[in-house]
Amino acid sequence: MSMLSLIVFLPLAAAAVLAAVPAIGPAAARWAWIAVSVLEVLLVAVVWAGYKDPGPNGLAFEEQVPWIPGVGSSYHVGIDGLSLPLVAMTVVVFLACAVYCLRDSDRPRVQAALFLFLQSMSLGVFVSADLILFFVFFDLSIVGMYFIIAGWGHGNAARSALKFFLYTFLGSLALLLGFIGLYVFSAPHTFDIPELVAAPPLAGEPLAGGLVLAAILVGLAVKTPTVPFHTWLPPAHTDAPAAGSAVLAGVLLKMGAYGFVRIAMPMLPEVWRAWAWVIVAVGIVSVLYGALVALAQTDLKRMIAYTSVNHMGYIVLALGAAGLLVEGAEQARSVAVTGAMVQMVSHGLITAALFLLAGVMQSRAGTYDLGSYGGLAGPAPRYAALFAIGAFASLGLPGFSGFIAEFQIFAGSVAVAPVTAVALVGIVITAALFLRALQRVFTGPAAGRSPGFADLRAHELWSAGPLLALSVLIGVLPLVLLGVIEPSSAALVELVGR
Amino acid sequence: MQMSPGLLLPEIIVFTGGLAVLLGGSFLPRQRQWIARAAAALALLGAATAAAVAMAGPAQSAFAGTFAVDTATGAARVIATLATLLILGVASGELKDSPRESDTYALLLFATAGVMVLAGITDLLVLIVGFLLASIPLYGIIGLTGGRLGAEAAVKTYLMGALSGILLMLGVTVLYALAGGTDYALLREALPTAPDAAVGTGILGVLAGLLFKAGGVPMHFWVPDAAQGSGVTAATFLTTVPKVGALVAVYRLVATVSAEEHSWLLVAALLATASMFLGNLAAYWQTDPRRLLGWSTVAQVGFLLVPVAAAGRSDLALPSLLFYLAAYAVTNVAAFAVTAALPEHRTLAEYRGLARSRPGLGLTVLVALLGLVGTPPLAIFVGKLTTATAAWDGGHGWLALVVVVNSVISLFYYLRWFAPVFARPDSQAAEFPGRGGMAAWPAVTAAVAATASLALGVLAGVLWAALDGPGIL
Repeated sequence: MSMLSLIVFLPLAAAAVLAAVPAIGPAAARWAWIAVSVLEVLLVAVVWAGYKDPGPNGLAFEEQVPWIPGVGSSYHVGIDGLSLPLVAMTVVVFLACAVYCLRDSDRPRVQAALFLFLQSMSLGVFVSADLILFFVFFDLSIVGMYFIIAGWGHGNAARSALKFFLYTFLGSLALLLGFIGLYVFSAPHTFDIPELVAAPPLAGEPLAGGLVLAAILVGLAVKTPTVPFHTWLPPAHTDAPAAGSAVLAGVLLKMGAYGFVRIAMPMLPEVWRAWAWVIVAVGIVSVLYGALVALAQTDLKRMIAYTSVNHMGYIVLALGAAGLLVEGAEQARSVAVTGAMVQMVSHGLITAALFLLAGVMQSRAGTYDLGSYGGLAGPAPRYAALFAIGAFASLGLPGFSGFIAEFQIFAGSVAVAPVTAVALVGIVITAALFLRALQRVFTGPAAGRSPGFADLRAHELWSAGPLLALSVLIGVLPLVLLGVIEPSSAALVELVGR
Repeated sequence: MQMSPGLLLPEIIVFTGGLAVLLGGSFLPRQRQWIARAAAALALLGAATAAAVAMAGPAQSAFAGTFAVDTATGAARVIATLATLLILGVASGELKDSPRESDTYALLLFATAGVMVLAGITDLLVLIVGFLLASIPLYGIIGLTGGRLGAEAAVKTYLMGALSGILLMLGVTVLYALAGGTDYALLREALPTAPDAAVGTGILGVLAGLLFKAGGVPMHFWVPDAAQGSGVTAATFLTTVPKVGALVAVYRLVATVSAEEHSWLLVAALLATASMFLGNLAAYWQTDPRRLLGWSTVAQVGFLLVPVAAAGRSDLALPSLLFYLAAYAVTNVAAFAVTAALPEHRTLAEYRGLARSRPGLGLTVLVALLGLVGTPPLAIFVGKLTTATAAWDGGHGWLALVVVVNSVISLFYYLRWFAPVFARPDSQAAEFPGRGGMAAWPAVTAAVAATASLALGVLAGVLWAALDGPGIL
């Protein structure tokens, strides 16, 4: 078994053991969860250390085993510069969740099994090099998330989980329809991603190609989510448990954005270019709409959820701009794609940290309502400091990963299409809303539920803290990440330009 | 052309097994009826083995070209016998030591033999025989195992069966008159030159008969009543096994008549669409899990008709149909077996909290229902994927869209069932029975069937290789 298969299936095996053996006690289950998550981080570190860029349309650590040869589908996994950073981000976010849940008392054994299952599925999505394999993991991640929201959520969890399941399931089936279209129009028929990239189906068929791309775009847009397919996100986040929200925002949303760079762009380059302006427009609308609606929220989790719509909008905007063929702008388009990839990692780390910190509010005072707090920096200075760092990271302050990402996105996009500068307004609004939230909750005299608010405990500090530290690390030393991403984004731009 | 009765060995084994169980059962004391059950299981296993061995050989025809022994027949035989074997597991919970135990087993075997015959027939006159062989024991099973509602279900099924049988015979008569024969090979040559309206009437009549057996729109009215009103053994059987033979028969007929006239593929596509939408929408607000499953099987027939619309136009059509049949059989049996394991729980609300007190059974519900939705990597996912691909490959891209839309629609009502299973139990909720007792067999059967649906999905390549043979004769 190769490294990647081990990384994908180790959590699944651990989940199966935890689910099947009721004799495992709560403490043992929690520590086993942490141990597996640490092991995963180490394994990914080994892969990162041994990673060499595989070249255009190549995959490192590749492994292929026939699965259903009759329909040209195989168990095919591999990584490149687009997937490796997301794999690394995924294992880090899941480790943070494992640490965060160390003091949870609600059925820890089943909870650990579910999160480990979800971790397997998430990693599977990012390493799949076969459309059906990708879909299997993509769909099962929805099932896992449904049970986390329904089983451990609060408020109207059952209803939010139902909405989440139906909505994202609809998206995943639209995606499947697009995959079938790619298969039907490929010659020879195959679901293999590198083969489809090497010989893109539907070349010279704008109508059929447009319909297939539309199906894939709808599927990915629901997951990302972009306006107007985002309505499932706020209720799901509001009612999900903190660790569930962290995984949902940090990892699951990336599956949609990742699908654009892995599937839609390289396989349907012609139609992607033809529809690039529409995609750019959707990105701009998502940025502005997400920011404005976030500004109007009084519920902290809903606010962060809408900033996710805003942040994911930047990614869509950059990827759309990468499809605009402008004379001599090869470099700029590549910068935009690199920025989008950094944004995926950055948003994963920062938003996961913010949701974990928001969960602290719920566990202490039982509400996310911003108006219920005031002067929280007095009783909880460490919490205030960490939250402030998270907020500054999220609004894209230099020194954090978000700045590297958004700077590259705009540097690339504006060079290709100056009109995308409109989206810069989104950054200003995000800055305003985070500063306002910080001010309302943390400054002034202690009011509302703030008095007696216990400061961060060790497991809370050591879950959100390292995520933000990584964001700072990327912000200060971006080359570690950019060195991996850049060759692959240059290759992707090349593929889109075909 | 020769008789070669040896080619019908699997059918002969099942039928004589049925006779042996019927006669032997009469001489067994009520507490030792398990011997009859064991004999029935042995006959089914023997027939499945014989069928699998025959599948490895070349495709042949028996009885002067009226019966084809090819990949489709072989697959249908194996699926039908193994599904009935699983249903014996369901029956063990319901019928153990009941007065009609061995009689029911015998009827199950006779009906299975009829279904196997139905799958291989390539001649209209023999098709009538297969239809009757598969139908008559079914009326008996529904009437024998149901209570008061069972009588109503039996009458309804019998009346629908009689009507569709007449339509079938009418259709056969018309086609016989037009083609001057009833052999499919002859129909293929003669029908394209015959008057369209008459050919249409004939084929629609035959299709009506077969759709009754399959439980598809528009001959589906008996399905939900029978699924709800009859005993769980009968409900499981009649929503699972007859479909295997009927759909292979539909495939053979459509492949024959659409060789020259493409519009029959469109008819199949429309029938598939109607079944999917009607079954799914009617299942929406059902509160009885068994009735909900009844409507869900109507929708599943729609999904199963999708590859028929690509008959002869896509290499995937036949193997995907056979794969879906296998996947459907195990998944549907798993879902019904759960209801057999909880015979007193007849509303969806009563399943609330099941996963806390019976985690294994809760997980089985989840696997069965997600399986019916078509969630990967369960078997029906591969079935839906390949059938939708076949339809698009065969020129009906919109049908793939209909499949997707209906899968989303179906998720909602399956969720209405399994969401309570995993919810917090109510304080005043009914107790769930323990693991032992009468319901042990159905619970084990459900687990086995659910595991099989997972295994078929994960190991899909192996099964696909077996089904991707020379196709139909």
